Amino acid sequence: MSRNRPVNLDIGTMRLPITAYVSILHRVSGVAIFLGLSVLLWCLDKSLESPQGFYLVKNIFDHPAAQVIIWGVLSALSYHMVMGIRHLVMDAGYGETYEAGRASAVISATIVGCIIGFLAFWVLS
Amino acid sequence: MYYRVPSFLGALLTASPLAKDKKGIFNWILQRASACVLLAYFLFTIAYIAVNPDLDYPRWRQLYSSSVMQIFSLLAVLALVTHALIGLWCVYTDYLTERLLGPKATLLRNSFQAVTVAITAAYVIWTFSIFWSL
Ligand code: HEM
Repeated sequence: MSRNRPVNLDIGTMRLPITAYVSILHRVSGVAIFLGLSVLLWCLDKSLESPQGFYLVKNIFDHPAAQVIIWGVLSALSYHMVMGIRHLVMDAGYGETYEAGRASAVISATIVGCIIGFLAFWVLS
Repeated sequence: MYYRVPSFLGALLTASPLAKDKKGIFNWILQRASACVLLAYFLFTIAYIAVNPDLDYPRWRQLYSSSVMQIFSLLAVLALVTHALIGLWCVYTDYLTERLLGPKATLLRNSFQAVTVAITAAYVIWTFSIFWSL
């Protein structure tokens, strides 16, 4: 393939529809979970290791830094799962038109917004 | 008027004996199948914690010691390896390209790829060691 073949789509100069933002965030959230898995595995490890470890994880939200980290990881996971389900539904052939894609993006984003808000409330309380 | 072919039908066509190069389509299918396994695993875990607000250590340990949960976890780890390696490969080959970054891109991409494999391997070993000591 020629290294200098013309590229005529410069995404940086375009206004993007909501479906594009939802898609790129799915990517970002996937990468974030991959790194955040270390936090989740740590929680699993500690909580199964000993009763002390279990209560350490159960009371992890006592620490402000831990609150933010766990909230971040769970938010990314929630986003990726909800948008992942939307993706699988479209892969199965449902809602593949632009209008349907827009609508499902708005609905899914609303659901994720509620979940992330609930997580913030749950983590902070 | 045109006919839209649902993605999964396109997938089946590409995977048919008529198609020559099947690597991409198998990765596509594996990415979906592993997503379903991971979805089931995370939903189960979340639901279990949600319906057991006053969970204690003995019950939590008992849950992960059961053979059903061990098999489920093993499947989830296999799905994770598949899903993460395919998913991140897609991301790297989209952005760490010679077009965007110049001639150093290939080296950079291969380095990212190597680190990704190493982290994934560490996750697998870590998970096994968690279950080993149960
Ligand atoms: C262990 C947790 C997970 C990690 C680390 C992870 C990571 C990723 C990554 C990096 C991608 C590539 C993103 C892209 O190419 O745009 C991806 C794609 C995908 N993920 Fe996940 N994921 C996880 C769990 C899940 C779950 C639970 C679902 C459930 C529905 C899911 C559904 C999907 C789907 C459908 C795609 C394909 C998206 C596409 O082709 O654009 N993932 N994932």
